[in-house]
Parts: sequence; structure tokens; C-alpha cells
Amino acid sequence: MVNLKIDGKSVAVPEGSTILEAARQAGVNIPTLCYLKDVNEISACRVCCVEVAGSEKLVPSCSTPAVEGMEVFTHTTRVLQARVTNVSLILSQHNSTCTACTRSGNCALQSLASDITYTPAYEVSPRKMDWDTHYPLIRDNSRCINCMRCVSVCEKIQTMRVWDVSGTGARTHVGVREGLDLMDTNCTLCGQCITHCPVGALYSRDDAVKLVRRLGNRHDKVFICQVAPAVRTAWGEDLGLSPEQATVGRMAAALRAIGFDYVFDTDFSADLTIMEEGSEFLERLSHKEDYPWPMFTSCCPGWLRFIKTEFPELVPNLSTAKSPQQMFGATAKSYFAEKIGRDPEDIVCVSFMPCTAKKYECAVEAVNDAATRDVDMVLTTRELAKMLRNFRINVAELPEEDFDDPLGESTGAGVIFGTTGGVMEAALRSAYYLATGSNPDPDAFHAVRGMEGIKAATFDIEGTKVRTAVANGLGNARKLVEAIKAGKAEYDFVEIMACPTGCSGGGGQPIRDGQELGERRGSILRRLDVEKPIRFSHDNPSIQKLYSEYLEKPLSHRAHKLLHTDVSQWSLK
Amino acid sequence: MSRLVIQTPGRAEQTVEGLYHDLERRIAVAPSGNCPVELTGAFLRLCLAQSCGKCVPCRVGLAKMSEIIDKILDGRGTEDDLDTLYYSAQSISDSADCAIGHEAARIISDGFAAFKDDYLSHIHNGRCISSFAAVPCVTNCPANVDIPGYISLVRAGRYADAVRLIREDNPFPSVCGLICEHPCESHCRRNIVDTSVNIRGLKRAAIENAGVVPPPACRPDTGKRVCVIGGGPTGLTCAYFLRLMGHKVTVYERRKRFGGMLRYGIPRYRLPAAYLDADIDAILATGVEAHTGVDVGKDISFEQIMEDFDGVYIAIGAHSYKMPGIPGEDAEGVLSAVELLRAMGDDEPMDLKGKHVCVIGGGNVAMDACRTVLRLGAASVRCVYRRRREDMTALEEEIAGATEEGVELVTLSAPVRVNTDEKGRVSGLVVQPQMPGDYSRGRPAPKKADAPEQELKCDIIIAAIGQAIDFGNLREAGVPEKMGKLQTERTGEVAGKNGVYAGGDCASGPATVIKAIQAGKIAAANLDEFFGYHTVVDQDIEIPTADFRFKTACGRCNMTERPPLERVKDFELVENNMSAEEASQECSRCLRCDHFGYGGFRGGRIRW
Repeated sequence: MVNLKIDGKSVAVPEGSTILEAARQAGVNIPTLCYLKDVNEISACRVCCVEVAGSEKLVPSCSTPAVEGMEVFTHTTRVLQARVTNVSLILSQHNSTCTACTRSGNCALQSLASDITYTPAYEVSPRKMDWDTHYPLIRDNSRCINCMRCVSVCEKIQTMRVWDVSGTGARTHVGVREGLDLMDTNCTLCGQCITHCPVGALYSRDDAVKLVRRLGNRHDKVFICQVAPAVRTAWGEDLGLSPEQATVGRMAAALRAIGFDYVFDTDFSADLTIMEEGSEFLERLSHKEDYPWPMFTSCCPGWLRFIKTEFPELVPNLSTAKSPQQMFGATAKSYFAEKIGRDPEDIVCVSFMPCTAKKYECAVEAVNDAATRDVDMVLTTRELAKMLRNFRINVAELPEEDFDDPLGESTGAGVIFGTTGGVMEAALRSAYYLATGSNPDPDAFHAVRGMEGIKAATFDIEGTKVRTAVANGLGNARKLVEAIKAGKAEYDFVEIMACPTGCSGGGGQPIRDGQELGERRGSILRRLDVEKPIRFSHDNPSIQKLYSEYLEKPLSHRAHKLLHTDVSQWSLK
Repeated sequence: MSRLVIQTPGRAEQTVEGLYHDLERRIAVAPSGNCPVELTGAFLRLCLAQSCGKCVPCRVGLAKMSEIIDKILDGRGTEDDLDTLYYSAQSISDSADCAIGHEAARIISDGFAAFKDDYLSHIHNGRCISSFAAVPCVTNCPANVDIPGYISLVRAGRYADAVRLIREDNPFPSVCGLICEHPCESHCRRNIVDTSVNIRGLKRAAIENAGVVPPPACRPDTGKRVCVIGGGPTGLTCAYFLRLMGHKVTVYERRKRFGGMLRYGIPRYRLPAAYLDADIDAILATGVEAHTGVDVGKDISFEQIMEDFDGVYIAIGAHSYKMPGIPGEDAEGVLSAVELLRAMGDDEPMDLKGKHVCVIGGGNVAMDACRTVLRLGAASVRCVYRRRREDMTALEEEIAGATEEGVELVTLSAPVRVNTDEKGRVSGLVVQPQMPGDYSRGRPAPKKADAPEQELKCDIIIAAIGQAIDFGNLREAGVPEKMGKLQTERTGEVAGKNGVYAGGDCASGPATVIKAIQAGKIAAANLDEFFGYHTVVDQDIEIPTADFRFKTACGRCNMTERPPLERVKDFELVENNMSAEEASQECSRCLRCDHFGYGGFRGGRIRW
């Protein structure tokens, strides 16, 4: 242990701790801006500088190790003055039209600036924004503060190196690697750079305005929506709701209040995905030599983009099953359209997703099989919360309501799709049934749960060993794929989610600066699974009805037409 | 009334004088990877501040060029702007009235030719093509040795770890501790504060205190076999790293001993045999199969080697020499520095007692020859050079060392012919006095002065005017050659010969030991890739954390030397080691660019 004094308080911290960590332990609040623990400890913004007895200059607390006997002072005149100067300098290059910024009220710089006695001493000259705002992911360099977090997250966590620093001196700025256009790079659109940006320099395209406009000019269309599993874990965060208040029933009620004619659930189509993907897996297992191994899950569009650019030779390993979002759209605009006696083109299908890449996925030409667009519009969890605020709906007071039938009924297996290991677990539950004719213990496959980056487990299904692996975060995905390619590991079935912790930590989720909430949100999904009366996708009565009335059976001709896709035909633009 | 007063500089003038000195130091260490367009713009504004403002081209022209560069840097520039810049620079350089204007414009013109691609990148992509080098010393070391890392280990007293860390990139820590030309020091960021850290001195401090450090264990045997032709620094470096990666290596050395030019070119008073042997012993201890006295081409054919091995590294050095080509140079008593120093390497020194010697040349080898000849008991040594002392390519400390020991510099004297006595032995060197003329390739070319020839009486003439490469029968074996050098790709690969690499002096022409080490390292890495591996030889040595305390200006501890009149009597090491006290202070001067600045963002370590 290292003993030191911070603002007169004695504190003992483990060897290797920084002054910042020691201060937090001692209850001393030092502000930070560029700092992101373990990912971006580059001491660039200099707002965390403190005074240390015996050092002539101020030192950055985020990267300076605590030393035995050190005496630290965090609010001397020198410290405060340097902080004011550095924040003012950052603001002099920052587009501070906060009212027009997606991060207003949730911005590390805004909150820092409001805490200091700031007098604008410098002429303000932000850099120019230079970006195609039709892209799902948008960078506004007029708001960028060069903290380099996006560069570090993309490089270290996701191993994609999409962002890079260019220029030197005053013209140093962050942009797409080698000055490329974003859509010409290997960007997976995972959105982790967005959720780790301390300000509003990175955001996903706002499609809420378009939705509000269409809801106001309905043209006799039927408005339906689907809500992804992970959205229910976080939709209340930006509305000031406690997890107890932010129930699934209240969320359904809120969506109805916005003006949707039918409020459906992506959990339903997650169950459908399991039926198709699980059957496909068993089909491949029974003709092992006809297929490349392992089979990869295909519900995460960030992962699909990753495999297409980084390991295109492995595209045939992907399951052909569409993601739950796209299965939902295809079912809604065929089966459901028939049921309500409407032309598929008269249905407006909106999804609420924890994801930025889903905005790309719904626009891929090759994925649409039931109508011009199976899913018309994708909004993130953040956009959902913003819309509810815009509509001035007092969500906390809303009575709880159910999802609509028939695309609203789901099982515990569908709900865990939003957390790492969930797709695998749900698939194994049904694969077991499909192979043996009886249900396993729903918790039999708990070995694939947990937040480790890469998990592997082998299960015995009626004498057949099924070797599985699960990875979350693209850095982990890359490691796993490389090990498979090098022959160092062999699996039958592999689940990948591009975002760390899975969709619950997705790039479209609410942002809390410096906090990683994916694990906590994931535990809500695990709870919902246990609370569900039905925990097997194949036991979902609405799914059974869909097959008996319309699709016939998994992998049927019609199922193939509507619910499967050839990812090799997907354009990346 | 008085007509004249003594001019004393005012406070402002004194401060500006100081600023110029600071600026000089800053420019000298300009980080690699700075945007050249940005620097040109900044330089132009400085030039503009020096303009008196009388003439149009300088007063207005420099300002307008500065505006155009700003426009380009802001991403608003066009190719038309580039044309305007180009023609303006030409006209301003042509028509300015004094050096302030025409030299400023010339800098733009020169830059235009050198980095037009950077300008175009700014115009078309809104960015520069360069990327900032995080740790200047590491970037400027050809072998990319982890300098801040080993300095911090020396500071912590972990000398053996320091040697291990150096060996991750360079298996010749002892040799480089004594004779490396230390390009690392030239861009040391400490120059901005005062003077560069004495990096080479600290490397020597590490090896002097580390004792014998065994090499790390080799990776499991891969079954691949490599033949290294030539046991000099580049060949042995390649052999060392390939062994650590698990490949089998055989080295064939033509001479009696290993070390190449380190043994047969560098005098013992700069590099004692014990130091060289320490490095070679550690390299061979990795299990290199080592053969001396094997002349490839005679004792074993190149074709045989191609057949027997999976990979080949040609590292034959540059052991031949050039002669001045003057009448009488085949007389008895005329020899080359290469011959003189080679004999020293085999411990068969020439007898030069009481002789009067002239050494021709102004490079490091000339100084080595002069100082060796003095130690062999010559009565007098003159170093004859056709340019000025400041034009000599030898390091200043070598020239100073030589003159302190009694070498007489005869500059601005071009050898014309060798005079001989009746027995055909050298009796004198006739030289033609020269004077400096116009600049050519960065230094003034000498030209014949209107003065009579002079004869320098002497018994021995030693030519130290350059080395050449002895190809043996490699040419017949189909290894391509160009301008007297082996031709290779930038990867070290010999074009058209799968698995054959070449490097060091034979491919680059005579160069420094650290460049030879770099070439060996590159060849090892690329042979490893060629075999289908990607072996990393890191040992994961824990680097002490950087001290957060601010560093104030503090004098550099230079290496001291034994007194000239004492050291000239023997071949013992001239240079003294740093004291523990000096080394400790010198270590504390390191600014730890691996931790602070860009190093803290992009990482301060290079893995290869």
C-alpha cells in the first residue's frame, strides 16, 4: 500500500494507483474530461491537474502514480486557475451552441464549464463540421475537443482503428483514418465511439424528426413498432425513471401514447430467430461435411460488417437467419399484413434499438423480402427517450399495458438476446428440444452467461458434444476468430456481439460519462427471463401459430424467402 | 558634443538574442513527422518578422505566400494556389534585394520540390501525410532501441535488465555503448531544455555495471535453417534474432575471427576486444553454428548454400578499399587504412616505429588510421585533406582526439603524386594547395589555389578515402549489383532470389554499426515472416514508472578521456566510464517521452 495525503486527508491506496484513484477513494472530487479508465489515460485535457508538494509544475492526476509520502492539493489557486484556463481554451475551439446539441444536459464539458468561474477570454473559433449527415454515424468536428477517446476506444476495445489523429500543432484533429470517407472504411457502425464521447462530437443520425412528421401525416397508414430486448433495460435512464418505474408495461403504454397503432416486441421475433437459427444449426450438424465450421450467429449487424471487411472468407460460416429486427419486419409485412387485410406497403414499421448499426441494416437492399422496406425506420434508445420528452408524456404516471398480439408475445429465451451469451443460451434451449423432443432445465446452459470477453463451454445434447464460444466486443471477437482460423480452438457454434457486454451496452443506448452500464442492464434481462412463464422459444404460442398458419415449419420454403438472407449480397455502403 | 558612443545591447535585444538561441535548439530537435507544410508556414512568418520592409517581393510577397500556406492548411486551398505559391517563390527569390527575402523564398522553392505530395494531400484530403513520432530518440535510432526504457532501468540500478532490454532490438550493447554514433541524441527533446541526454554514455554505464548477462532462451526449434554469410555486426545481429525465434543458424566468416569491421576496422583504443567479445559470446551462446576461416565461393559454393538452407543472409561488408589514383601510389610504403586496421584485428601490427606518416582523408577511418599509427610508434603523423577541417566527415570528437594526441592536420591540400627514393620507396607526398569554392551537396567544393605544389616528406602514405565491396563470386551466382553495392528491396530481400536477403555495408555502402544492426534485425524479422511465422522476441521487462517531478535545466555529463600524452602510448581504451554519480544525474535528465506527450497516447514502446 502507498500512503499519501490529499487536501490534508490521509489515504492508503494499492501500489500503482494514480493520484486520481487515490482522490476518489479519499472522497476528493477531481474533475476529468479526456480520461477514460484503462482506455484513454493520456492526460491531454489537463483539467485534472493538481499540485504536488515538491514538484515545480502541476501534474495530471489521471496518469501520475501515487507515491509514498506524497502531498497533493486539488484546489489551490494555481490548480483552479489552470483549470479555468484550460477549460476556456477548450471552449474557444468548441461549438457551444448547446441548445442544438444531442448531448445538452448530458455533456462532460458543459457540466465542467458550468462548475467553474468562466469568463470568455478567447475568441471562439470552432473547426468546421465536414460530414455527410445521412450516414448512421455522424462526426461534428466543430464540437470535438480532441480528447482522443474515440480513437482509443475504436483501436483498443474494438480493434478497428477507424479514427485517427491527423495534422500537428494547432491543426491537430481527429478524423477518419487516412482522411477516408467513413463509409469507405471498415467501420462497423457499432457506435462505441458515440457512447464514449464526452461531448456531442459523435452521434447517431436522428430519425425521430422524420417519425414525428409521419405520425402527424398518417395518410391512412398503419403504424407499428417493435422494441429490442436491451431497450427495455435503459429506456427510462434519460427520463429520470428508476429501474422500478421503467417497466416493460409502461414502455408499451408510452409507445401507444406516441401514436403507434400496434406496439409489438422484438422478443417475439427473437423467438422466431431461435426457431430458424436453431433448426439451421441442427440441419448443418446432420450434414456436417457440407458446411464450414463453426457456425456464427448473424443477429448483430456490427458483427456482420466486421466479418465482411475483416474476414470475408468466413462469411459462409454465418447463419443465414436474419436478425430479429429484420425477421420482425418481414413477418409484419407479410403474415400480419394479411391478418389485418392491409397492403404491406401501407404499414409503417419502426424499430427501437440499442444500436446504431441497425439503422444501416434496415436500409440494406438485399435484406428486404416482404416489402420495399421491411423495417422503415430505426430509432435508438436515446431517440426514444427524447421523443417521449418531446411528446411531454408523463411516463411515470402511465398505467402498464401489454404488447399487442400476435407479434407481441415472447419468452424468456427471446428477452436474453440483448446480453452477451443470451442468443447462444436461447438457441441451445431450443436445439435441445428439437434434438431430443423434451425441454432441458432452462438454466442448463448457464455456463455461457457472464461478462468475460470470451467464454467457451461444451454441452452434451443426446450424446452429441456441442462446443460453443461466445464473444462480446470486437477486440474479443477478433481474438476468437483468429484463434479459430489458426486452428488453436475448435467450436461448432459461436455467438458474437459487437458491443462490449452485448446489446445492453450498445452504441444506441443512453450515455453516462465514464460509466459502463451494460452489465447492470444485462442483469435486468436475466431477471426478466426468470420471471417469464415460458422460457423456451419453441413454446411461444404465437410462434407456434405463425408456423401452423403461415410458415409451415422452420426452414420451409416460405421461411427461407422471408426470414433468411445471404450476407455476401449485402452492400456495406 | 560626441560623435560616437559604445553600443550596448538593451534588454529587449539581449532577450531576442536568447530567443534565437532557444529557437535554434528547438529547430534542431523538430520532431520527426511534423507536418512540413505547417513548418514551412511558421518559418515563413519568422522570415517575415526579419524583413526590413523596404522592397516589394519580401515585404508583400512573403506575407502573401504565408496566407496561401494558411489557406492550404485550413483545407481551403486549390492546385491553382499551389501554382501561385510556386511562381511567387521563384520571382521573390529572383527579384528580392537582399538575402532576407531571396533566401526565405528559396526555402519555399526547395520545400516545394521536396514535399509537394504533402501540399497536395492538404489540398485534396484536408490532412498531411506525415504522422507524429512519439519518442524522438527511439524513432531516430535505426534499431529502435527502447532508450527511455533502459535509461530508467539504469536509474533504478537494474543494469542487467537494461542490457536485456537493449538486446531486444540490438545484440551489441557493449559495442554501441562505446562507439555508436548515437543519432538518437540529435533529436532528443532535452535539447529544447538544455542539451541532449548523454544516451550512449548511459548505455555504457549499463554494460559496465551489468556483469555477464546471458541471452534469453530460444523459442522451440522451427526446423528452418538459415545461412549467414559474414560474421560482422549485421550478420551476427540477424543470426541472434533468428536463433531467438527458434530457427537454426550457421554463420560463415572468411577471417580468423568474428566481428567484421568492429574487429578489423575499429581500433582497440575505441573498442577493446573484451567488449566486442562480450557481445559476440552472448550472441553465439544462443546456439549459432559458427565457422571462421570459411570463404564462401571458395570453400563452399553459393549454390551449395542455396541448396542446404531455407534462407540466406548475405552480410559480407565492405572490406575492399579505394586508392586515390595518383602517380606513384604503387610505390613501397603506400597502403590503405583498411590493410593497416585489418592487421591490427589479427594482432599482427605493422612496424611503424620512427616512421614519418601521411594519412590521406578526412573521415573517421582517417582519424582511426592516424591515431593507430601514432600508437605504433610513428615519429610524425600528418592528416592530409583537400578541404577545410569543418568539412571533414569525421566526428568532431575524433578530430579533436587525434590532434590532442599529436596528429597534424594538413588541410586544403590535394595529393598530386607520390615521390620515391632510388629504391622505389616512398619519400614524400606532393600536394597542391586548395581554397574553398562554391557549395556543392551541402559543403564547399575545394578548388586549386594559385600557389605552388608542396612536398610533404614521409616514409609511409596511408589512404583512407573510402571502402569498397568485394563481391567474390556473388555476381556469378546471380545476386544483382548496382553502383558497387548489392541490390536489395527495402525489406532486405534480394530481388528474384526467394529467401535470400542482404544487408549491412555490402548493401548500403560503408555506414555505421547501428545501421548494420538495423539491417540484420530487418532481415531476421522478414526471414521469420518468409518462413510463415510472426515471432516476437520481447521479454516483457517491466519499465519503472516515470518520475512526475518537473525537470529544470541541468548540465550534461560528457564522457571524459584519459590524458592525450598518456593514452597515445598504448591501445587501452581512451574514454573513461561515467561515475555512478554522473550516470544517476544523467538518467534523471531524461524527459521520458515514452510516458509524457504523444508517447502517453500512442504508446512509448515499439514491438516488432
